[in-house]
Amino acid sequence: MPTFIKRILGLVIVVFLLVAVNAWMGREGLFGFGLPYYYAEILNLTGISIILAVSLNLITGFTGQFSIGHAGFMAVGAYASVFMTVYYSDSAEQWLTSLLGATLAQSLVFLGVIIVGALVAALAGLVVGIPSLRLRGDYLAIVTLGFAEIIRIVILNIDRVGGATGFRGRVPPWDGRLIIPAYANFIWIGGFAIITIVVVYNIVNSDVGRALISIREDELASEAMGVNTTRYKVIAFVISSSFAGIAGALFGHFRQFLHTNDFQFIRSIEIIIMIVLGGMGSITGAVLGAIVITILPELLRKLPGDLYGYRLVIYSALLILIMLTRPQGVMGAKEFGISWLKRAQRRPEGDKPIGEKGVPIAQQSTSPNLDQPKEIEHR
Amino acid sequence: MKRTLLALLLITTLFVSFACERRGGVTNGGGSGPILVGYYGDLSGRTSSFGQSTKNGVEMAADEINKAGGIDGRQIQIITEDDQGEPNKAATVVTKLINQDRVAALLGEVASSNSLAAAPKAQEAKVPMISPSSTNPAVTQVGDYIFRVCFIDPFQGEVMAKFSANNLKAKRAAILYDFNSDYSRGLYQFFKRSFESQGGQIVSEQSYTQGDRDFSGQLTAIRAANPDVIYVPGYYGEIGVISNQTKQLGIKAPLLGGDGWDAPQLWDLGGASLNGNYISNHYSVDDPSPAIQKFVADYKARYNILPDALAALGYDSMKVLADAIKRAGTTENVKLRDAIAQTKNFPGVTGQITIDKDRNAVKPAVVLKLQNSKFVYETTISPEGSSEPVATNN
Repeated sequence: MPTFIKRILGLVIVVFLLVAVNAWMGREGLFGFGLPYYYAEILNLTGISIILAVSLNLITGFTGQFSIGHAGFMAVGAYASVFMTVYYSDSAEQWLTSLLGATLAQSLVFLGVIIVGALVAALAGLVVGIPSLRLRGDYLAIVTLGFAEIIRIVILNIDRVGGATGFRGRVPPWDGRLIIPAYANFIWIGGFAIITIVVVYNIVNSDVGRALISIREDELASEAMGVNTTRYKVIAFVISSSFAGIAGALFGHFRQFLHTNDFQFIRSIEIIIMIVLGGMGSITGAVLGAIVITILPELLRKLPGDLYGYRLVIYSALLILIMLTRPQGVMGAKEFGISWLKRAQRRPEGDKPIGEKGVPIAQQSTSPNLDQPKEIEHR
Repeated sequence: MKRTLLALLLITTLFVSFACERRGGVTNGGGSGPILVGYYGDLSGRTSSFGQSTKNGVEMAADEINKAGGIDGRQIQIITEDDQGEPNKAATVVTKLINQDRVAALLGEVASSNSLAAAPKAQEAKVPMISPSSTNPAVTQVGDYIFRVCFIDPFQGEVMAKFSANNLKAKRAAILYDFNSDYSRGLYQFFKRSFESQGGQIVSEQSYTQGDRDFSGQLTAIRAANPDVIYVPGYYGEIGVISNQTKQLGIKAPLLGGDGWDAPQLWDLGGASLNGNYISNHYSVDDPSPAIQKFVADYKARYNILPDALAALGYDSMKVLADAIKRAGTTENVKLRDAIAQTKNFPGVTGQITIDKDRNAVKPAVVLKLQNSKFVYETTISPEGSSEPVATNN
């Protein structure tokens, strides 16, 4: 089958699946079978976590630059896009509705504000990245940590986005929407999660990706080979932050309430835990980590009686246990083959999966002899 | 390889083991089964003292009602969820309580930002929610299913402004507030407005953020302004340190605060330096009224600690809810909502509770003096008129 037909087929299947899952999660359910709201909510939050983890993995896992301010970029994207929705999208939506109908108009407006969120977050990434990525070492960690805190405090000071009360809709002296509209559903969240995975996968397996991995393995050597390390680090960082912005935009329109308490330092750490747990430098690992870290605390709510009070202790103990058995993360730097996802992609000629069917496939980019030194170096 | 599979297996087992439901097969609405009430609060985050006290109060009230035979023969069962003090988690646990546990009503949260995140979920599902102690006006503006049994920030700021102008005869006030907290900023705004309208003057406005440990810069500026009183509407975590440093800098003016000071840990942090300061609060343990003394004694017997205001408000929120269920004769949401809205002069531990048309409680506040590791009752300040229209901010 020609590649483009495969791609279109893959796209159709993905869209169909998203629509089906979204319908299943809705009020009426799919053919009478509905997913309970609580599970639907966790599924949506998992999707947002996947975007965050996979995008952070691009800069931290593949490029080896430690960023501990991902929640800050998420906050930037969330507040920027919700700000646009609340104050500037109403008339545009009405005009589009008269032209195209309500559903399409809403989708276009939402897409527009997501792009705004992504662009503003990317700009923030550029501003933070250019000075700090010129240097080698832990400067990025320090700068991103500072940035995330600064953003949080700045947002707290902007009365127009609710300040310390939280952002739920227009703030009286200004005119706009009363409540943030619930644009984000699973079609959007799941769709963007898949887009994030595909984009990061393609970057990692392109010449840019090779450059990024060479920076992770040895920055000096990579520079000696003619890689413009600063440029590539900034590219990776800006892409990573823009996806964090998208995650924020989706979160804002899903939760319909923004408060800086949700974008604290602890949130950034949570995203780092996702990729450390799943495996730095593994996309499927990041996905797995995002799923575990989002769902596990909710599952532990089912603990009975007195154990409930200890659930955060049990949660931490489980994380420690996993990290003890797999110090390099559950997936290490390997990928888990999901055939339907991969079939939709074009593989570079001659890139044959190593190993048997259904067994984790070692990526061309991270050959086994390359990940050994990395594990020692990083942990 | 083997280890990868082992780790994956570990995770899968974990998920499968929890996949079975904890559903008790209880239908809520009619019948004779227990009445499920959801409580959500911060039990493990930064303000966990608040969540824990409230939980104690709620559980004690429920036990008392159950021991007295329940409501029309039905027992009350509290389902508690921890939101770790994060707005996002608060919304998630409320979704769980409503859709998984199918609670008839919700009690919570203490912090206004968490209540604001969770309230739309309750409103959307049309499940009545009573916040024991979220004082931000915006909370009950979410919708007609959202109530509270405490007074709101404007009133608390006003109380302290009146107290300092009339009782302490203060003319010059300085303010030191927590920048990140909408609670602190709300109190600060309304104190300032009210104090100025009483003819007072705000001589210095300083701020800090939660987690700060050094306040000497702000306090030096305040000392230079020479105020009669210093209004510090923050949470207990920072207050102890602020109080210590105030005394170290030789500032004589008393500190004034709000209900955010009220936690047993305050004394560990501030010690003797807290003496002579004043706070506004929901109730006083020293109040001689027999109902309050019985509550204090019962609480002390049960938890071996004196109840703070949050425990009392948690207790009252459960009692108000139980009273409404009794009057409605059902837990059906519309009737229950109307019954809560019609609450009038309910004799709570924290005063007579009447729910006004904005679903806020109209009730007096008390002013307490801090003395020898105790909050000593000073005076009671009642709201002006029955329910004056309050300026709605946000």
